[in-house]
Amino acid sequence: MSGTPLKDPLDLLDIASVLSEEEREIQATVARFLTDRVRPHIGEWFETAHFARELAPELGKLGVLGMHLDGYGCAGTNAVSYGLACMELEAADSGLRSFVSVQGSLSMFSIWKWGSEEQKLQWLPRLAAGEAIGCFGLTEPDFGSNPSGMRTRAVRDGGDWILNGSKMWITNGGIADVATVWAQTEDGVRGFLVPRGTPGFTTQDIKQKMSLRASVTSELYFDDVRLPDAARLPLAQGLRGPLSCLNEARFGILFGAVGAARDSIQAALDYADSRVQFDKPISAFQLTQKKLADMSVSLGGAALLALHLGRLKDQDRIRPEQISVGKLNNVREAIAIARECRTILGANGISLEYSPLRHANNLESVLTYEGTGEMHTLVVGQALTGYPAFR
Amino acid sequence: MNIVVLVKQVPDTGAERTLSEADHTLDRESADPVLDEINERAAEEALTLKETVGADVTVVSMGPDSALDAVRKVLAMGADRGIHISDDRLRGADVVTTARVLAAAVRTVDDVDLVLAGDATTDGQAGAVPAAVADLLRLPPLTHARELTVDAGRVRVERETESGETTLDAPLPALVSVTEKINEPRYPSFKGIMAAKKKPVRTVGLDDLFPDADTAGHLVTRTRVVEAVPRPARAAGIRVTDDGSAGRRLAEYLIAQKLV
Repeated sequence: MSGTPLKDPLDLLDIASVLSEEEREIQATVARFLTDRVRPHIGEWFETAHFARELAPELGKLGVLGMHLDGYGCAGTNAVSYGLACMELEAADSGLRSFVSVQGSLSMFSIWKWGSEEQKLQWLPRLAAGEAIGCFGLTEPDFGSNPSGMRTRAVRDGGDWILNGSKMWITNGGIADVATVWAQTEDGVRGFLVPRGTPGFTTQDIKQKMSLRASVTSELYFDDVRLPDAARLPLAQGLRGPLSCLNEARFGILFGAVGAARDSIQAALDYADSRVQFDKPISAFQLTQKKLADMSVSLGGAALLALHLGRLKDQDRIRPEQISVGKLNNVREAIAIARECRTILGANGISLEYSPLRHANNLESVLTYEGTGEMHTLVVGQALTGYPAFR
Repeated sequence: MNIVVLVKQVPDTGAERTLSEADHTLDRESADPVLDEINERAAEEALTLKETVGADVTVVSMGPDSALDAVRKVLAMGADRGIHISDDRLRGADVVTTARVLAAAVRTVDDVDLVLAGDATTDGQAGAVPAAVADLLRLPPLTHARELTVDAGRVRVERETESGETTLDAPLPALVSVTEKINEPRYPSFKGIMAAKKKPVRTVGLDDLFPDADTAGHLVTRTRVVEAVPRPARAAGIRVTDDGSAGRRLAEYLIAQKLV
């Protein structure tokens, strides 16, 4: 050992030093809330596939839900603070971060960005407070990476709309009070706000998941659902509507993944320091140190990338391909780290007592949702060459 | 009503805390500084009163530059304004000095109805500052409160100590110190954290609080830590294997320890 020990071995590069006091305070508040309210139970929630709905109003009271939006009861923080909150949430569990991402960046953002004043006043304060839950229906059973092929369709019937179709892999679907649903219409893709209980609108939760078990994932069905024109998001036309929301959510993911990776390393480091084999802690073996060092280098890079993209977003300069770089890199690195951490834990690594395999399993979803790694690779490829290779 | 809350920044109780070798004062580098958890409950009680009966809440803290964070934390929770007492001459201040300085700071706030404090802080554990402040301010001290109600110009507390429970009642203005049982402090909301930056905080030194230099001269700390030793490591317990006599041996042990 030489020099002063690191104050925080998980922040090798002292990234905390370039955050503002307010950003650090927001991050610390989320971390403290999670330590008190989530960490003691998360292993059990994952095992029993339980979403702790009672957390929604508590998260609302803190200001987490739609925190980067202005007005309508939202906290109005900067983008970096939102990212740091996602980092802490996903350090606890990707399922919880997914709930917050969908509520704030997909449901609330779609209403905030594309909704009428009446729609905003009706839904945003309740969604911000966690009194209501929102979901976002874009993906369909047969259309994932290619949403432009969606089959869900809304047709005019007098002053109303009749909605038919289904949506798949919808986070919060079964518990949502309002669904933002994207459908083909005669003048392109349009968004609709469908309240829970609307006749013809039903949901079914997807069971037997091996990932995001502490979060609800559902299928949505629309069978001749009659909606007034006031249910249509008036300002959204074409795929730009839903895609703008996805970029918000991906921004949260590229921070969140860093949290899952950090928490995995924390677990591995603690274990390696206390596990003694051949009369010394396994953290003193070179192979363990190589794993820990490589993972910390990768974690630091991912955290710096996230912070850089956060600063660009706060300057309103972030570009979609930059978000693709972040999502692609940080999720890829995070899942590799979580799996590697699991190896340091030996047999204990498969137990829910320890977080790395739970994080790795959760990240299997994060890897493919909100744009698969393949799609983000091709977005970057197109930005470099001008050729859209995914078509 | 006007409430003043006294808070202290202390080293995180979850961390290994150490004293400096030179003068046995706290080594502030050794653990993250945080708002003392009992004081945080005093702040929570003030904010609950703000919500229920209406109050203007001033938070007062004495400590180095970093103690401003403790003031900001309480402002983020919802307090209205802060006073940060910072002066190099206060390093190592003892109970009496601390109480005199805090009392002087409370006197700078107009029309104080209630002073709230924690019954002790997790670092010093002297537990004497609240009563000393009350004495200096000539306020009735209602200490060790696990429940507090304010009604019609009076304050009533349920006092709980190791020796028993008592109900105390006093006219306002008064000083109440709270125990860790009184409430669960809120988390600061993000809006609160952002608003805290804009709330007024006055930083004062000894010369501001005691403009008469002779008075400040009396603020010499009269106690000094001459020695500090770490608590001895916990020894292994006694294992009693039951061969039929375990009950008797257990009773003998408890009698020997004067526990029964």
